[in-house]
Amino acid sequence: MSLEPHELEELKLKIGRDPTSTELQIVAAEWSEHCSYKSSKKHLKILPMDGPLVINEKGYDSGVLDVGDGYVVTAHIESHNHPSAVEPYGGAATGVGGVIRDILSAGTRPIALLDGLRFGDIEKDQHAKWLFKNAVKGVADYGNCLGIPTIGGEVEFDECYANYAMVDVAAIGFGKKENLIKNHAKKGDLVVLMGGATGRDGIGGSQFASDSLESENRSAVQIPDPFIEKLIIEAILEARNEKLIHAMKDLGGGGLSCAVSETADALDIGIEMDVDNVHTRESDMHSDEIMVSESQERMLIITDSVKLVKFQDICNKFRIECSVIGHVTFDSKMHVKKDGKTIANISTDIVANATLLDLPSKKPKYLENIEEKKSFPVLSDYSEIMLKLLASPNIASKIWVYGQYDHEVGIRTVVKPGYDASVLRLDNGKFLSIKIDGNPKQCYINPREGAIGCFEEACRNVVCTGAKPIGMLDHLQFGNPKDPEIFWTFLESLKGLTDFAKDFEIPCIGGKVSLYNETPKGSIKPTPVIGVIGLIDKKPLRIQKINSGDCLIMIGNTKDELGGSEYSEYIHKFIGGKCPAVDFSESKKNMNAVLELVENELIKSAHDCSKGGLAVAVSELCMTNLVGCTVPLDDVPGDNLASDEILFSESHSRYLVTFEKKNIQNLEELLKKHNVSFKTIGEFGGESIQFTTDSKPVIDLSVDKAQKTWLNSLKEMVMHA
Amino acid sequence: MNVGVVVFPGSNCDRDMFHVLSDVFHMTPQYCWHDKPLPENLDAVVLPGGFSYGDRLRAGVIAAHSPIIQDVKKIAEKGIPILGVCNGFQILVESGLLPGVLLKNDSLNFMCEWTNLTVENNKTPFTNKFELNEKIPIPIANGDGRYFVDDETLKQLERKNQIVFKYDQVVNGSSNQIAGVCNEDGNVVGMMPHPERAAEPEINPHDNKPSSLIFESLLQKIGANN
Repeated sequence: MSLEPHELEELKLKIGRDPTSTELQIVAAEWSEHCSYKSSKKHLKILPMDGPLVINEKGYDSGVLDVGDGYVVTAHIESHNHPSAVEPYGGAATGVGGVIRDILSAGTRPIALLDGLRFGDIEKDQHAKWLFKNAVKGVADYGNCLGIPTIGGEVEFDECYANYAMVDVAAIGFGKKENLIKNHAKKGDLVVLMGGATGRDGIGGSQFASDSLESENRSAVQIPDPFIEKLIIEAILEARNEKLIHAMKDLGGGGLSCAVSETADALDIGIEMDVDNVHTRESDMHSDEIMVSESQERMLIITDSVKLVKFQDICNKFRIECSVIGHVTFDSKMHVKKDGKTIANISTDIVANATLLDLPSKKPKYLENIEEKKSFPVLSDYSEIMLKLLASPNIASKIWVYGQYDHEVGIRTVVKPGYDASVLRLDNGKFLSIKIDGNPKQCYINPREGAIGCFEEACRNVVCTGAKPIGMLDHLQFGNPKDPEIFWTFLESLKGLTDFAKDFEIPCIGGKVSLYNETPKGSIKPTPVIGVIGLIDKKPLRIQKINSGDCLIMIGNTKDELGGSEYSEYIHKFIGGKCPAVDFSESKKNMNAVLELVENELIKSAHDCSKGGLAVAVSELCMTNLVGCTVPLDDVPGDNLASDEILFSESHSRYLVTFEKKNIQNLEELLKKHNVSFKTIGEFGGESIQFTTDSKPVIDLSVDKAQKTWLNSLKEMVMHA
Repeated sequence: MNVGVVVFPGSNCDRDMFHVLSDVFHMTPQYCWHDKPLPENLDAVVLPGGFSYGDRLRAGVIAAHSPIIQDVKKIAEKGIPILGVCNGFQILVESGLLPGVLLKNDSLNFMCEWTNLTVENNKTPFTNKFELNEKIPIPIANGDGRYFVDDETLKQLERKNQIVFKYDQVVNGSSNQIAGVCNEDGNVVGMMPHPERAAEPEINPHDNKPSSLIFESLLQKIGANN
């Protein structure tokens, strides 16, 4: 856990002398991939970050959106993959804690969480099951204790994550614009560390996360304490209300080293601090350990001596420790002392800005023929395959997961988990819709189209609630960037996301890059996870129960895109085929059409077609409403497709809308006006899910049986060996 | 109508309860911090849900020993209505104001889901506007929500009409499907489900009227007292 030889030479050159041991530790933490983004930063600049609603302030760890009437929404996404792979409970829990403090740093109250979890094949792999079970418990115990609802997310299993865990957490905050912390500091201001004591946990965590996972380095995993975090949230918000905070930053990767150097660099100040003043969990901690410990539940606050008294009163009220560890100087240096002696004194600019890399990239060999089409045997009856898909871990209901998360606390959750996207009510009468989506199977086959697909799917999900996408969070998770083929997939995904964001004018308001996600068997599949935040000005689609006699319209074309589908991979164990690609103009037309349908209150529900294709999407409607439906495949919009392609292709930009029959004319007129491809493909009724060709059923499944299988499958997989 | 909302370190439904009491039912709630004496002018007290002291040692047990609980006990004796929800119920049980204990759910997991209650006692200050056996769609969110009493106590509770709410089916393995109980005088009520999460149409996907009756019952009771 140290600098590479050439980095050490560079550091010596920059400071003109040999670094002290503390300086070495500080710089090694801050120059790690995790803290410095040295491999990715150059390229990330292509993403559009500005927009009419985006508020930019220096030193924010989260994105800020103006949602009108004097209110703002903040959002951020983080992962805790390496720690969760070693200790899933603590790793996942501290992942929740970290991203919440990013929201808090802007001066907003965290109001919602979403989690994206990925593990190996839980049907075969006991270790993957153990990781899954405990990561869910970690997220649940932390979020529930804080009283922040976990309102959505996704869970996926793929062999590429064997012996590994992907734990992504997105957090949403809300507050008054006037209460945003406007990070600033003047000479003589005090630097305060508040929260949990600094201990020996998480030592070297950021370097640990910047390397392939080779050993189980448990001391690099942080220990969660949600109770302290809850007290910190309330104390900080009280201090914010009383305007006691000049600047604030949470302690995450790199601990004090990172928080102090980045704050100083962002605000153009220097900070002089004394490690003896840091409250520690153990008495004999070495100063280097204090500087790089990643103990959780700590915040760095800058205030002045008058406000400090009130701030300490608030900390006393909540019985949280706080220590004045230093003060602001104007020499742009990070000056660390112990026993009155200097142990580090180095320009913050040098610490906070590692030399950025321009790594080589090369199109991976495996991609050459991967999209070649493969046809699967044509069957006369797909009912059994359908049932197998509904029971498969990626498609089965995730109620076992979100049923363990308090998703109601805060009493904002208007649309609960289990639908396309959850919806929160805001204090100004507007609504927020949020979804995160990833699709490593498609991203592996085509990193560019796959990443765009994740972005569009998240958009589709919020559009289904009636929300217009206003911001995006990107979480780019890849393997070792020094492998040019892996780096190429990173760049392709990034370019795809950029093109979509620009074309749809959805700014990227925050994100994270996580590299070196390697398992003993090699790199993970490219795993970008995209969060989309949508705003509803008037009212969200209030999902109504579908009854017998209601109708189903499909908007959007189905294409021969079985590549990366659950059907190809789960049923036929085949990785390859044509990856679904988003047609930007079709995508935009369809989104606008669905938004207008919701606004005009013409529909009962809108549901996107994604994992498992049309067959699964229709089944989900039937199973959640306990009503049957018959869909003739010949009516589904699309050209020259085989039955299995119509049923299971995961083509994008497709929506299923349900409505009362009497609205059919208004609906069709509106859709014609938008010039979208659509067709009324079914009517609800009866007790079975049916798909037919030439009036003969190719799938005929009892709703009751399908629903029981779909609801219980995941739970049974977890509970029974 | 002054209602005290008691806040412990780790309470997390206090703001939700405050919102519903003030913005939906137009009462005058005030937060009461755990280490301060309870104000004297209160018409009712609510102990909201959350994780007081992070559920350390046992859910509710540390909060049950805070100074403010001594005051809550005093006003309970005077017959002032007191409602404990979720962690508030656990605290009332741990402080001896209500009988029984709350154990880990039989699923061994935290459970967040909508349930249906039936009203078993419509004489309490929080249920006087219900018909007996009326159904209430309402969410639960807890890890230690399984109400347990021994057979002897159960008989006593039944005899003294202390069972206030039952689940209409087995939810977490609680004794006799009990979801809420009251003291012998009926003025102290504890319940695991969250009425504050079900009293507004916007966030209740079923029917918000039954849960609203819990608060309207209190309004009626306080109105009658004043």
